[in-house]
Amino acid sequence: MKLDSGAKALPSVFDVIVIGAGHAGCEAASAAARLGARTLLLTKSLGDIGSLSCNPAIGGLGKGQIVREIDALGGLMGTVADLSAIQYRLLNRSRGPAVRGPRAQIDRELYKIGMRQALKAVSGLTVRELVALGLEVQQDRVVGVATSAGLISTRSVVVTAGTFLNGLIHIGHERIPAGRIGEAPSTDLGASLRSLGLRVGRLKTGTPPRLRASSINFNDLQRQEADSDPEFFSTATRSIRNRQICCYITRTNAATHAEIAADIPNSPLFNGSIQGRGPRYCPSIEDKVMRFADRDSHQIFLEPEGIDSDVIYPNGISTSLSQEAQHRFVRTIPGLEMAEFLRPGYAIEYDFYDPNDLYPTLESKKIVGLFMAGQVNGTTGYEEAAGQGIVAGLNAALSAGGRTPQMFDRTTSYIGVMVDDLTSRPVTEPYRMFTSRSEYRLSIRADNADLRLTPLAMELGIIAPEQQNSFNEKCKRIRHARDMFVGTSLTPSAWGRLGFAVNFDGTRRSAYNVLGRPDVRFDDIARALPELADAAGPYGEHLETEAKYAVYLDRQRDSICQYKSALEFDLAPDLDYSAIGGLSNEIRSKLSAARPTTLAHAERVEGITPAALTILSAHARRRRSVAE
Amino acid sequence: MVRPAAPTIFAVATPPGRSAIAVFRLSGPSSSRALELLTNAATPPARQAALRWLTAPGSGERIDQALVTFFPAPHSYTGEDLLEIGVHGGRAVVAALAEILQAFPGIKPAEPGEFTRRAFQNGKLDLTQAEGIADLIDSETEFQRRQALRVASGGLREKVAQWREIALQIAAELESQLDFSDEGDVGENDFRLAASWRRNLEVQLQEELRNGERSGRLRNGISIVLAGPPNAGKSTLFNGLVGMERAIVSAHPGTTRDLLYADIDIEGFPVTLIDSAGLRESGDDIEQIGMDRARAAVEAADIVLWLNAHDAVAEPVVGDRRFLRVWTKADLGQPAPAGWMELDCRSSADLHRLVESIVPILGSLAGDGAEGLVLRSRQRDAVGKGVDACDRLGAHLATGNIELAAEECRVVLDALESLGGGVDIEDILGEVFGRFCIGK
Ligand SMILES: Cc1cc2nc3c(=O)[nH]c(=O)nc-3n(C[C@H](O)[C@H](O)[C@H](O)COP(=O)(O)OP(=O)(O)OC[C@H]3O[C@@H](n4cnc5c(N)ncnc54)[C@H](O)[C@@H]3O)c2cc1C
Repeated sequence: MKLDSGAKALPSVFDVIVIGAGHAGCEAASAAARLGARTLLLTKSLGDIGSLSCNPAIGGLGKGQIVREIDALGGLMGTVADLSAIQYRLLNRSRGPAVRGPRAQIDRELYKIGMRQALKAVSGLTVRELVALGLEVQQDRVVGVATSAGLISTRSVVVTAGTFLNGLIHIGHERIPAGRIGEAPSTDLGASLRSLGLRVGRLKTGTPPRLRASSINFNDLQRQEADSDPEFFSTATRSIRNRQICCYITRTNAATHAEIAADIPNSPLFNGSIQGRGPRYCPSIEDKVMRFADRDSHQIFLEPEGIDSDVIYPNGISTSLSQEAQHRFVRTIPGLEMAEFLRPGYAIEYDFYDPNDLYPTLESKKIVGLFMAGQVNGTTGYEEAAGQGIVAGLNAALSAGGRTPQMFDRTTSYIGVMVDDLTSRPVTEPYRMFTSRSEYRLSIRADNADLRLTPLAMELGIIAPEQQNSFNEKCKRIRHARDMFVGTSLTPSAWGRLGFAVNFDGTRRSAYNVLGRPDVRFDDIARALPELADAAGPYGEHLETEAKYAVYLDRQRDSICQYKSALEFDLAPDLDYSAIGGLSNEIRSKLSAARPTTLAHAERVEGITPAALTILSAHARRRRSVAE
Repeated sequence: MVRPAAPTIFAVATPPGRSAIAVFRLSGPSSSRALELLTNAATPPARQAALRWLTAPGSGERIDQALVTFFPAPHSYTGEDLLEIGVHGGRAVVAALAEILQAFPGIKPAEPGEFTRRAFQNGKLDLTQAEGIADLIDSETEFQRRQALRVASGGLREKVAQWREIALQIAAELESQLDFSDEGDVGENDFRLAASWRRNLEVQLQEELRNGERSGRLRNGISIVLAGPPNAGKSTLFNGLVGMERAIVSAHPGTTRDLLYADIDIEGFPVTLIDSAGLRESGDDIEQIGMDRARAAVEAADIVLWLNAHDAVAEPVVGDRRFLRVWTKADLGQPAPAGWMELDCRSSADLHRLVESIVPILGSLAGDGAEGLVLRSRQRDAVGKGVDACDRLGAHLATGNIELAAEECRVVLDALESLGGGVDIEDILGEVFGRFCIGK
């Protein structure tokens, strides 16, 4: 990376310009550059790179899976999170491996430093401290970006401006135009994008106040410690980098709720001043109190923002009540009686662009060369933003180089699930990943992200040689171990002698088969058959997971095959739906708006009936046989 | 842009032949234009019958006075503009009007089932209803009609919606524990509710499967096989029953030399009566073939009428099939042993007695069409899949493998989804629509 001052001369044309160095932007820029594109990343300030706007944590249920996928694709978030993690916790540890999500508390400052250094290591990437003012578009094609230092030409643009597009902060009756608190919104860029005639909407999100750690009394609060055996995000990480800290848990009470209820008339959420929709799964404390009036208490996690930081992030009380009301209700909470405020909580409204207007490459269907990723697509969350960043960055580079696009599908990644959902389902609230969004949840897990995606990254050539070597080594070992487990087969009485209760039906059973039984752990087998334990090395748990899910994985493979064959039916991008007989007008206009690229994609368009699909598939087949 | 619209279709909706009135139906964008040309008047207000003279557009010659009703899209059977024209049912009138309609540009005669196909395509019907309508058209007996009507009018659709709601509730219960376990306010590890809902769903599905077995028989016909030694009076009884009950005219595949079939309506039940070759201990090769077929027919029958066996031939082992022993007086001269029904095959009073004793069995085998909704094997398979998945779901709940329980819950939902039609429904559609009469 070249860190230049804004004024220094730039090459006359870039392949890819990325606007905004948030989570989507950093991954997009790094992916594009790793593909060999001449890439420019614009950021309002170098100190902004990799800012965690909201909670000081990365990963979680569904989200941890995305971070692993990013890592498997040679992305940055996993390694940088490991560099700055100060409390690892594997969520759903007591449940099956398919739904476990790695998560960590993050030191904000360390994360920013780590991200800056990671970008510096990417060759072919230029980072500039410049504000993007607008897009230069000629004949529905992006040709450049207008910046505070003049027009810069480019073949593709990735817009990753987060919550900055016409951002408006609400705190009680106060309204402050801003991208985040204390940062100016992107009004020029917002106006430029609005002028392109894309469908735009408003969404809302919120954040809690920040409290001074030294003003909190932690003595009587419940502690939440880090895991003793941490699960890292990146396959390259071998050890913990930072001292692990502990979080605390406290709760709201009747007095808190009374204070909040008293200020509801002044709440911008309830008095109509906020129009944008907020996420149902991440409500503000005033929402929780009003909507769930029967609950007398809500949990709050007190999360340090860094190892030595004096800032506490009280997770669970996101709010846009007036500052005075915030002070009053916070001080009713045990441990926070004397809490000192460093920053008020607030809600922010911002523009997002309807992702139904994007192809699954995240390129606009209307403007050639315009890619979008992150919050601007109606999502929320660092991981979601970063995952889209990779998709948009790769495809912006591929498109600039005239190469074939790279799609991610639902069957092999959460990134694919997200992109498919975004581009084909209506966005009515900020989109967040959940494991339940994936119908192939048992197959696409945090523990096999590299096995799913690294081969693709190797094919594209976007992954470091060391990562490739260790991946190949891992595959070899797993294959060998699996062969050993499948090849070791014993009679029921032999299993019985080893202490495993197996039906005495005369059939020999493989160690793999026995490992698949719900009551058998890998360690049991390892103790009984040490040579198998040696073969498995560190991959015993992986083998156990695959063995336990075997029946389901086979079943999902079948359904994936069916899905893929439906996927194969490409629908031409210029398909004239009005010319297809038998479709209702309503469905015609929905399909014309969504422009699905495949039949499987069409299936997910809201309101599409099975009958309409049948007609479409018949039509696609006809077209194809005519073409052949 | 000029949009090439789907052609407007027409058909006579009433049965062919002379009748008091004949109803023409038109569906598609040209319906109202056609009406205006035919009547030289504006289209009457939506859904209000109006009396109009129809004239041939070319010659201006009057054809008939008609009752016309216009149903504008989307509030019509097909979801398109729909026109009904009731004329006097004479052959000449019908032929003349059909000729005129066919000559209009953009109007063509409907293909079999095309009205319903369009209704289905426009989301007016779901697959179960479309199938119900196919059955309704095919129904030959009162009970079949009653049963098909309930499905056609959305009985199964509603049931499936209720099941789906329960399954969705279970899914939501499980998924919330998987996706939000890190949130303090999500309920603790308690799956008793989900377990109870699951039990309820499984019981309902099982019950429907049981009913469905009977519904399937009512839909496909109940087979009664006449079997026994040679010369026991099977043919006389067969002819007697066929002569007495209303014959159903339908083609039967593979009528063989050795089995004789007749479809009859016994008090609302569709019955396939099968006469089989006489059974005895020995016989030549050709006779053996016939006897093998007879045994196979007995094996597959719903009801077996076993005639006069003495001890000459061992009674077939029939498992759970209904078995009725009939002692025909013909040529026999011996009184009926205990447990046998004595019968003179030529006496209509005796035949009635036999029918009376068969009817309750038919009822228990096929129901009277007032209950079952799952009529087709396709539907029964889907419900069966749901039952199996429900079962495994329960096992996973019990062992706390919630992600696997959730997986099975998806299988249940998929099964229910497939009842209403999924992506891969083309073959089924072909079958459903290919068998429609024109005009429904
Ligand atoms: C108040 C608030 C509350 C949130 N609450 C939650 C939450 O509860 N849960 C959750 O999961 N997520 C939450 N988030 C969202 C999370 O922060 C974002 O989803 C994530 O950061 C989005 O990543 P991004 O890359 O799209 O944008 P951002 O991380 O916002 O990055 C955008 C970057 O673009 C830069 N930029 C903008 N305009 C220009 C320009 N014209 N020129 C140059 N650079 C520009 C900005 O400086 C910024 O660095 C919240 C965000 C905010 C602001």
